Amino acid sequence: MSLLSIKNLCVTLGRHRILDAIDLEVERGEIVTLVGPNGSGKSTLLRSIIGAVSPTSGRIYRQQGCRIGYVPQRLSLDPTLPMTVVRFLNLPHRHSRAAVANALAQAGIPGVEQQQIADLSGGQFQRILLARALMDSPDILLLDEATQGLDHRGIADFYRQIDRVRHTLGCGVLMVSHELHVVMRASDRVVCLHGHVCCQGTPERVMASPAYQDLFGLDTADALAFYRHEHSHDHSDSRTHSPAYAAPTCRPSSGPAPAPAAKPVLKQTAQRREPALQLIAPNAEGCH
Amino acid sequence: MLEGLILDDFMLRAALAGILVALAAAPLGCFVVWRRMAYFGDATAHAAILGVALSLLMSTSILAGVLVVSLIMATLVTLLSGRGYAMDTLLGVMAHSALAFGLVAVSFLPGVRIDLMAYLFGDILAVSKTDLAIIAAGGVLVIGLIYWRWSALLTATLNEDLARASGINPRREQLVLTLSLAVVVAVALKVVGALLITALLIIPAATARRFCHTPELMAIAAAIIGGVSTTGGLQAAYWLDTPTGPTIVCLATLLFALSTAAARISRLVSQRGSEASARG
Repeated sequence: MSLLSIKNLCVTLGRHRILDAIDLEVERGEIVTLVGPNGSGKSTLLRSIIGAVSPTSGRIYRQQGCRIGYVPQRLSLDPTLPMTVVRFLNLPHRHSRAAVANALAQAGIPGVEQQQIADLSGGQFQRILLARALMDSPDILLLDEATQGLDHRGIADFYRQIDRVRHTLGCGVLMVSHELHVVMRASDRVVCLHGHVCCQGTPERVMASPAYQDLFGLDTADALAFYRHEHSHDHSDSRTHSPAYAAPTCRPSSGPAPAPAAKPVLKQTAQRREPALQLIAPNAEGCH
Repeated sequence: MLEGLILDDFMLRAALAGILVALAAAPLGCFVVWRRMAYFGDATAHAAILGVALSLLMSTSILAGVLVVSLIMATLVTLLSGRGYAMDTLLGVMAHSALAFGLVAVSFLPGVRIDLMAYLFGDILAVSKTDLAIIAAGGVLVIGLIYWRWSALLTATLNEDLARASGINPRREQLVLTLSLAVVVAVALKVVGALLITALLIIPAATARRFCHTPELMAIAAAIIGGVSTTGGLQAAYWLDTPTGPTIVCLATLLFALSTAAARISRLVSQRGSEASARG
């Protein structure tokens, strides 16, 4: 049986059918990414897996004793709540000091135990959230736009960390992401969601599928609006398209160099379906 | 004079009652501050007056009446809060209408002229042995409840989805807070009165925030500040011959102002220090 298995899941909130007949499986050690425009039900799907949204029909099966590590889409800490990093990672259960240090190292932000959460930058905070999700050695990691607030270097590092974590913990990863170009490189399987599952499979297959091209390629106005929105929060990741910016110019020497492997994939995509990335990239550049 | 104070039985009872209420209110007050439930506290506390009137009308125990009405009010507000009403308006309506209906209901009471001031502003000096036992029981219940649910409450306060993913039901934790709030209101009515209960919840917690780095420290510091405020306020009221409940709140506010000023000064000093070291 799969780690996580979703059968014919439907979710209706108010009068709106958010999710319609979703079938999805996640295996141990596999990275599955949900892509889709805003309002396509990606977060609702993750939230129904953790039990925050109850399905209207259908079933969600988790393997017996399957532990979930979850990074929510939004977490705003009230400034009246004092909270050190170490205390945050010990919620709701206490862990040993070594376990905390280990999780922070795995998330790529070691040695910040005693800092106040409020003093962290957005990117550091996302890593703390990842570290917290790793505390219980989860069997499955659910990441809801975990790279928001990270710059392009941070995003590349983040996905490398996720890749490392799934190998060390052997966990399955189900994530929501808008960074299509990185997603296609970092995922084993991509699920294209738009209320229902439009298409799913390996990144190559999904990008070649007409349903995906409909959603991200041909309906350009929609795709552009959706990208503009993203870039108003993050002013650098679109530049990974450009080799000039992808070079590791101001990076500490530790860690592996960022993968320039993006380029062949990008070329491939550009050949296969011209509109999507070509249209997205120049416009995204334009909004800086 | 001090000796006389300590030996005065009613003063000792008053001090004990004040400390117990402050201890119970402190951790709960922290959650009220963190979850921005100040108005929620007001609505619950103001409903207490309605509870007093109803229990006098039906000649049942005042404590039971207050507990029930506060609980109903708190539950009602909790239920409504999830449904997208404009919360501040709604709470304003409910808090003040509960108070107004309570005051009107009291005026219908046949014969008995009750001392309204005692319920609005508290009458800590009139705390009887039975009152003290009830306050102690309520205080211990609330402290125990919050201590037991602490981690879950804190996780649910941070983020409801995060709590769900850890197997915590945020609605159940909300219920724990609602229940605790109703109990604190019921037992604190005698000490500071319906109008000032929220002050006892919020001011110590807000004062503690300035110099605490973890939620636990903040709750403990709030308890100490609350205890100092109630006992100090009690003494000050005795010396100055002022109403006790309001004096307690005045002292708490004074401590809040002092801590704010101290925090500002220490920040300025540390800024100077770092500027000087940067220059040197």
